[in-house]
Amino acid sequence: MDGIGQGPKVVFEIGPIRITETVVTGWIIIVAVLLLCLFLTKGLKKIPDKKRQIVAEMFVKFVNGLVRDNMGPKMMYYAPYIATLLVFALLGALVSMIGLRSMTADINVTGTWALMTFALITFHKIKANGFGGYLKSFGQPVAFILPLNLVSEVATPASMAFRLFGNVAGGMVITSLLYGALAGLSQAVGLSFAAGSWGFSVFQVGIPAVLSVYFDLFSGCIQAYIFSMLTMVNVSSAAEEG
Amino acid sequence: MEKAIVLGCSAVGAGLAMIAGIGPGIGEGYAVGKTIEAIARQPEAKGDCTRTMFIGVAMAESTGIYAFVVALILMFANPFIGKL
Repeated sequence: MDGIGQGPKVVFEIGPIRITETVVTGWIIIVAVLLLCLFLTKGLKKIPDKKRQIVAEMFVKFVNGLVRDNMGPKMMYYAPYIATLLVFALLGALVSMIGLRSMTADINVTGTWALMTFALITFHKIKANGFGGYLKSFGQPVAFILPLNLVSEVATPASMAFRLFGNVAGGMVITSLLYGALAGLSQAVGLSFAAGSWGFSVFQVGIPAVLSVYFDLFSGCIQAYIFSMLTMVNVSSAAEEG
Repeated sequence: MEKAIVLGCSAVGAGLAMIAGIGPGIGEGYAVGKTIEAIARQPEAKGDCTRTMFIGVAMAESTGIYAFVVALILMFANPFIGKL
């Protein structure tokens, strides 16, 4: 039951910098994605004869379609960024299936991504309206509404970060609470065996998988999709303004 | 003794904070219901409807997520214990 709501563990330290589980998981995902990309794009042909090229083309086509539908053909240069975000968020949530700690169950990760989106939004607003126009837009439609506009400006990245974090961390908390409850239940019935530090509870087999399908698989996929979707919608609406 | 009171009240507060889950529940149910109505009326617009619904549902979910973050802070990173 310990460590349910705790942050990620510190794996090792380099001077004052603490390298947490999140960072290590991130590195593993980066390497895995790199290897996957190298594998999928090996020996590309104009007429694909291998399954892996078809898979790669399907993914690229999916992301391109997503960006074209939500941001318009003028902003197709965002497709690689969105694809990166999608893959990173997806794998970051799905690593919990192989026993690692979800990367997106750390507010630092989701906060960073939300700040990146915020920077893009601000950049496009300034590009579309000019710097004066950007400052002026906070006083629209009337000057005294300025504090509300400031709050809503900050609320966008904050809600994006909290949404991704809250969904994944919530799933993690509920799953570990269930594990604790099942361990207690099997101990009460007498079906719990312990050999040294290694324990085994009969009820922990199979039952958590049902919740895991929802919280890890479904929620992870949907939240990764929603995060990249919101990035696209917010950035393109910032670019169209003014 | 003081610590016990603070811890107990924090747990109750975390539970009370999660009452906010009712709101997004009703809102999301309503949104999904309306989307299904729209799809039933115009099945060819299914893709657009579903995409818009996901964004709307994600927006409606924010309040529930805020409440959840408050509950998490109360349970696991209690700010009141340090003030004793």
